[in-house]
Parts: sequence; structure tokens; C-alpha cells
Amino acid sequence: MQPGTLSTFLKRGAIWGFIVLELIFFTVAGEFLSVSDKAFMDVDNMLLLFKQSAPIGIIAMGMTIVMINGNIDLSVGATYALCAIVLLDSMTWPMFAGLGDWVIPVSWLLALATGVALGALNGLIVWKTGVDAFIVTLGSMLGYRGLVFMYNGEQPTSHLNWTLVDFAEAQFLGLHTPTWFLLGVTVAIWFLMNRTVHGRNAYAIGNNREAAVNAGIRVGPHMMINFMIIGCLAALSAVVFYSESGSVNPNDGELYELWVITAVVLGGTKLTGGAGSIISTFGGVVAIQLLRKGLAHIGADTSTVNLVIGLILIAVLFLDRQLNVKGKEELKV
Amino acid sequence: MTEQIPVLRLEGIVKTFPGVRALDGVSLSIMPGEVHALMGENGAGKSTLMKVLGGIHQPDEGRIIIEEQPVVMAGPLDAKAKGIVFIHQELSLADELSVAENIYLGELPRKRFGLVDWAELEAKTNGILEKLKVGFDAKTRVGDLSIANQQMVEIARALTVDAKAVIFDEPTASLTDAEKTVLFEVIADLKAQGVGIAYISHRMEEIFRITDRISVLRDGQYQGTVNTGDTDEEGVTHMMIGRKLDLSRNESHHELGNVALEVRGLSCGDLYRDVSFELRRGEVVGFYGLVGAGRTEIAETLFGLRDPSAGTILLDGEEVRIHSPHDAIERGISLVPEDRKAQGLVLGMNCRDNMTLPQVDDLKAGPFVADGAEIAIFDQYRDKLDIRTPGWKQLVGNLSGGNQQKIVIGKWLSMHPNVLIVDEPTRGIDVGSKAEIHNLIRDLAAQGYAVIVISSEMPEVLHVSDRIVAMYSGRIMRTFTSEEVTEENLIAAISGLETQKVA
Repeated sequence: MQPGTLSTFLKRGAIWGFIVLELIFFTVAGEFLSVSDKAFMDVDNMLLLFKQSAPIGIIAMGMTIVMINGNIDLSVGATYALCAIVLLDSMTWPMFAGLGDWVIPVSWLLALATGVALGALNGLIVWKTGVDAFIVTLGSMLGYRGLVFMYNGEQPTSHLNWTLVDFAEAQFLGLHTPTWFLLGVTVAIWFLMNRTVHGRNAYAIGNNREAAVNAGIRVGPHMMINFMIIGCLAALSAVVFYSESGSVNPNDGELYELWVITAVVLGGTKLTGGAGSIISTFGGVVAIQLLRKGLAHIGADTSTVNLVIGLILIAVLFLDRQLNVKGKEELKV
Repeated sequence: MTEQIPVLRLEGIVKTFPGVRALDGVSLSIMPGEVHALMGENGAGKSTLMKVLGGIHQPDEGRIIIEEQPVVMAGPLDAKAKGIVFIHQELSLADELSVAENIYLGELPRKRFGLVDWAELEAKTNGILEKLKVGFDAKTRVGDLSIANQQMVEIARALTVDAKAVIFDEPTASLTDAEKTVLFEVIADLKAQGVGIAYISHRMEEIFRITDRISVLRDGQYQGTVNTGDTDEEGVTHMMIGRKLDLSRNESHHELGNVALEVRGLSCGDLYRDVSFELRRGEVVGFYGLVGAGRTEIAETLFGLRDPSAGTILLDGEEVRIHSPHDAIERGISLVPEDRKAQGLVLGMNCRDNMTLPQVDDLKAGPFVADGAEIAIFDQYRDKLDIRTPGWKQLVGNLSGGNQQKIVIGKWLSMHPNVLIVDEPTRGIDVGSKAEIHNLIRDLAAQGYAVIVISSEMPEVLHVSDRIVAMYSGRIMRTFTSEEVTEENLIAAISGLETQKVA
């Protein structure tokens, strides 16, 4: 066996092993502890799990590419809320009154455009000022959230369009609409990162920015494109979720950035950039949702769920570190 | 000479890793007051031997003996406590702290309540610094020191214990010639105090300048020890690689083509001034000078990493402005940078992706990367440059230095550059691969490439260049043809001893 193969395998497969472990644990524990008499591994329950994963999952795909690129985006939660407001509010604007249900695609596009614009702003600042993305998006996280509150004060923004609700609640081939979006985004981003020049360059920039510059790669535009993509995906996530719910509170999407980063890191993407996998991020998203659902299934409350996920995240990173150290030792031989 | 006991003796050290016998019965003894060179190609086992000595690895067989006492090294701190001190190639200093704090890091003298005794710290530090005859004091911030002086701080740190043996690992890698001289004086002082010194270096001239005996490792096996006075470069090289290395003067001559690059009156602030030269196709121009003479900065300007403050650059007779590496690459200027790991390679990517990095965009098929075309390019240049790797999927970080350098060179050759600039082509590369890289550069010139080689190693410059540009303190002092250059006049030119000749 090649040196490092075992640890590489463990690293790549770790998240899926973790998911299997969760499934076994909750199935068994559910037999004794569950408040309901339904089995945990029920098909409907699993389909629901994918649907519920979608809002975090869609953004996590964007976060993966931003982090591979060597940046981070903390403003996604606020972007999500702002795009949700644009989506719901624009459907009530008088200028679109004559459109009937054709207002739906118009509002969707408006929401997505808002997300792209907010992301572009982040990207542009990071590119042109050279300030660390962590600081820039920390600022924009506060700023964008400020815009959310300016829009409607503490009041929720609501609009229910039943055609939209029907669409959002539909099931095609058994999977819910949000699940399809999550899968679609995953595939698209996978292609972007693995099959396109942009993806290749994004990895190179994250891994060694100086070498990338010396290879003639224009670092700034690539970073900006990635921020626009994550902005767009935060908006898409809002579109998918609020098409169904129809009401957005100004606090919605708070802490989303942290859940998203948790999922991405759990999937093995490095905070330092240059390494990461879209498929593993998908695993990370599913693992977190599984944990939330599973703990609820055996009767734990939300605070316990947060505590457990926090502990698991640290444990996983510790394990990852151990594996990496071991891998390096083996390579030196 | 009276019978002396070695300060440090290794007996039949064996260390195996899965699949590799890294050290195979290595024996070595270092006498008090001698400078003992340890040589060998990269991968010969020098680093492993040092790690065994420092207690990072435990030997499978054999003994470490300090002054006739067999010892077990538990780790670097234990080694230091036993009087074996390492001066590593990479510095491990805290830039923001003072010299004194760095030297006594972890062992700061204390007063009551655990407060630091600054007065004593300063006195002790200055005592050591005086012995080293350095030009800075205990309170200087380490970040403000030159690399050479930072190394002195490392050495000072080593001298806080009663060192029996000091092991220098490639200490001169980033030093200028003047700084080297100071280092060698310090080594001579240590030697006079009866300290045993092990000196690891690839640089022959240093080895012959300062060492008393030379021990050679090859493929983990001890090849023998010779008195430095009884051998020469060829002899040592022969022991290291089992064959002879050709480092003669470049005497190949072929027809030169048209002028590919012309630089007129180029200046960049204080870094270099009024630099003019031309480079023809089929020609290798070597830039030689001390570190800080402005050679790398000229390369960086040509590659678009620095904007010049004055002067013009002409490519094929046409004036160009280059503001970024992107511009430079579009115009066919390529740079193999000084520090290939930091500036040239994406270590976390595979060999193929590294080689095609600048041209993925040109190769793409529709919106997607063209895997097949990229593999074809990789295969072509792997064969052409004889890059030894199991396959294109191998991470470039796992290759040896020589093969990594060939990947960087291949990266640019595959784009058929008009001008290829190679900064320190063989830094940190073992002797065997060095010769290959030198031959490669000569071959490229014969094929009609215009090549600039920047090097701090005189034999290298003499060996590969058709013409040599000697720089001193940001200025071109003189340009030599390979017929007129001698080691003496070259050294005179780069030390500023010779004033600029009339052009």
C-alpha cells in the first residue's frame, strides 16, 4: 500500500462513516428512547431530512468554494435574510401588479440578483483593499443585517403566494423541491470546482497564492466570482425556503454562517484554503441535519443539540489533525 | 597530538522506515576542536541521522556515545541538555521579541513573584554576544536584524549551554559572502574552545575552506571519512554519487540568434540603477553578485512583479510595459523563482496540474478543463526533462527538490517562452540533479531559447553562462564573455573592488 493511503481513505471516507454511525446509533437508541413509535430510518423521515438540509446545504456549497479559495464569508446569514425580504416584498410591489403569477420568476430573479450584488460587494472589497475576508465579511454581516432591520423594523415581512407554496411543497420522484435544488447546486458546484478552469485556479490560489500569481493567474477576479457565487447561493437558499414559508423575520438566518461553516469543516475543507471537497461538504450537511433530527427523535432539546454538535465538531477537527500529522510523518520516509 | 576521546561518537546506527533502510550502519566520530563535514546527496540519510542524534527518531540498532558514555536521546531538549546543539537551516525565532528574550526563551531568569529579571537577562546575553563579536545588543528586536544576524542569535542561543558538539545544518544557505566570513570566524572560535563541530552543507568551497575531515553518506550507507587536505572536490563528489561531476567552464559555442530582450537604463528605486543589457536567442546570460545586489529584483521587474521607476524593456525590438506576471507570460517571459516551494509550486496539487497551471485557460475545451491535453503535455515534458515521478497524479510536494525544479522548468518550457529567467536554478538540490539541471539549461540555449540564469554559486555561473553580468550594490559593474572571465576578476567585480569599465 502507498504510504498515506490509509489516512487518505480515512479522511475522505470519515464523514460517511460518521453518518453511518449516526444512523445506527439513532435507530438503536430510538427503539428505547423515542417519544414517537415511528422508526428513525423511515423513508418519509429521511426525505424530510434532505429537504430540511437544503437551506444550509445550498449555502454550504458556496462556502466550500470560498474557503478552498482561501477566504471565508460570514455575511451569508444576513444576505439570506435580505434576499428573503426582497423575494417576498417584491411580489407585492404595485409595478408588478399586472403580472399575475408571472411575478414569481421576476421576484426570484430580483432576490438572486440581490444576493449576487451583495456577494460582489464583498468580493470587490476583499480584492481591491486586500483586507482579510474574515474582517470584510464580518463588517458586511453587521451591515447587511442593518439593512434588513431598516427595511421593516422589527416587523416580519410576509406574503403568501399559493402557486409558489404548491411548487415549493411539491415532490418529484419522491424528493421535495428544496432537495432537488440542493442536489442541483451540489452537482453544478462539483462540476465548477473539478472540471473548469475557474475551479482549478481557485484551488491553486487557496493552496499557494504567490505561486498562483506567478503562474499568471489573476487572483482578484477569481475571488470575486466566488463571492458572487456564494451570494447567489445564499439568495437561492432564501428563495427555496421562503417560497414555502411566506414570512421572514428580521432575525432569520442569524448564525447560519456558523452552521454552514460547521458543515463545511466537518466535511474536511481546510480553513487555510487549498483543500476541500464538494461531496464531503454534502456529507457534512447531511451529518449535521441527521444529528439534529436524531437528537430530537430521542427526545433531546435544542440546547442539548447545540452542545453535542459543538463537541463533535471539535472532536472531528482533533481527529483530522491527528490523521494529518500521521500522514505527514509517513510521507517523510 | 595526544590521545583524545571523541566528543560525540555514533556506532552502527541503523534506522528503517516502512520499505526504506534510511540509515544502514552509520558510524561517525567527532573529535573536540574539529570541524567535521557531513556530506551526501539529498536523501542520502543526513537529515535522518540528525534526527536520530536529536532524539526525534530512535535508532533501531547502534549507539550514540557522548564522551565515552552511551546515551539515549529523548528529544531535542534532552540533546541540548547533554551538550549537543543544533543550528538549523530554518530559523525559529520570534520576530517581535528582543534578542535576549529569544536567546533565553523558556528559561528567562526570574526574580521573586515570577517576574523577569531584565537586568540579569541583558547582562548574560551581552556576555554571549560579545564572544560572537556581533554588531547588535540584547535589546534589539529580532525582526529588525538581517538573516545573517538572526542566525547569530540562533548560535548565541546554542551557546547558553555548555556545548560539547554543535551541528550546523546548511547554515550558509541564505548568507552573503561577507556574512559567511563572520560565521566561519565564529566556527573557528568554537573550534578553538575545543567544541566538536559537525557541518552539513552542499557547498564544496565552504567544505574545503573550513573543515578538517569529511564523512560521506550515500543511500543511508557510510562511505568513509577522509582528511579534507587529502582530497578535492572531484574526490568527494565521487564518494557522494559514485561518479564524477563535470563543473568545467562553459565552452560550447553555437550560433546566436537575434536579440530577444533588451533592457535600457532600467532602475527601480534604491534596489538597482541604470541597468542595461541584451539577451540573444541561443544565449545564456548569467547574473552573478552578492545577495542584495539587485539581481532577483531585476528578474521580478521583467516578470511584472515590480514596476520600474525608469528605463525601458524591449522584446524583439519592441518596447513593452509589463505590470503583472499575467502580462509577462502573455509576452513570453517566464520566471523560475528563487524559492520554488513558496513561489513556484502549488504543493497541494498534483504534478500535471502544476505543470499546466499557467495554460489551463488556453487548453480548455469549451467551459471545461482539457484533461487529455494536459496529460499529454505532462507526459511530453516528463520524458523530455526526465522527471522521476510515479505518475501525474503524484502530489508535487512529495517529489525531491530536483524533480520539483524540473516541474517548474517544464511548466514554462511547455509554453515556449521567448525569455526564460531562472533564479537560483539549483538551490537545495543534490549534486546529481544539479548536473542534470545545468545540462538542461545548456541544451535549452542550444535549442535557441534565450535564458537568464541568476546564481550565487560561482562554479554554476561559470559553467552555464555564455556571458556573465557582474552586479554590485544595484549596478552592473562589468559584463564578461566566457573567454575573459576568471574567478579573480569576477570576484573583484562583484565586491565593488573594480570600478565600472567603460562600456
